[in-house]
Amino acid sequence: MNLNALWEYANPKKFIQTTDRVLPWVSGLAVVALVVGLVWGFFFTPEDYRQGSTVKIIYLHVPSALMAINIWLMMLVTSLIWIVRRHHVSALAARAAAPIGAVMTVIALITGAIWGQPMWGTWWAWDPRLTSFLILFLFYVGYMALWEAIENDDTAADLTSILCLVGSVFALLSRYAVNFWNQGLHQGASLSLDKEENVADVFYHPLLVCIAGFVLLFIALVLLRTRTEIRARRMRALLARERMG
Amino acid sequence: MMPELGKYAGAVLSSYAVSIGLLVLLVAVSVWRARRVKRQLKDVESKAKRHG
Repeated sequence: MNLNALWEYANPKKFIQTTDRVLPWVSGLAVVALVVGLVWGFFFTPEDYRQGSTVKIIYLHVPSALMAINIWLMMLVTSLIWIVRRHHVSALAARAAAPIGAVMTVIALITGAIWGQPMWGTWWAWDPRLTSFLILFLFYVGYMALWEAIENDDTAADLTSILCLVGSVFALLSRYAVNFWNQGLHQGASLSLDKEENVADVFYHPLLVCIAGFVLLFIALVLLRTRTEIRARRMRALLARERMG
Repeated sequence: MMPELGKYAGAVLSSYAVSIGLLVLLVAVSVWRARRVKRQLKDVESKAKRHG
């Protein structure tokens, strides 16, 4: 496969043409995976002997937390592409991904708090993972605010890319906080490459389907929103040209 | 058909309600903005064409 061919998609027109064909399929698959995963997890899995029925919250909490971190890392990659190669589509893809990441972070924080109240006896604790997740959320908000605050698109892309690099430290901390600081309430990862550490199979399989659903939903939304950002950018350019006479 | 959720029913149901609500809102806002911007761009482009 010729990797250089990938840069063709940095052409806004080519990106819109390609996503025209891909978007309906990805959206359809996302809906199917989400419905199957959530229905399977909610209706057809047993209670956990320790957590009772609250174990059903993992089908929302784990995928959203995974996405919250990985969306920021995707933004890091596209920001680096912007910094190095100055492809507008990559900067706009990062911009398009941020609100999705922010919503995923909010879902992870809310479902974590709702689960924590009956299990830990508290909605919130200044635990390393919870705190780094809250900081990650604030980074998402700051990132979106910075895009809105700066009129010049290229300057906004430059500054938000730098912010993204800084925020990546917290995205990684959110992921590895439990390992770095062996303290706090939050347990280790529910999913791991080490099979021994995973949740039991009866919860694991619907969880994998839910994760696939969240990933596909993210891909569908980021494609849709990047197309919107490309069009909005073109519109701003045309209006600016019109104003200049 | 509703599974027996016991004393944690409130926690489980509110988690699903809030999460699904937020996801639906995110999708709705994204689709609504995509349509609005597409329409606006069409208007601006046709105006730009008319003015040469």
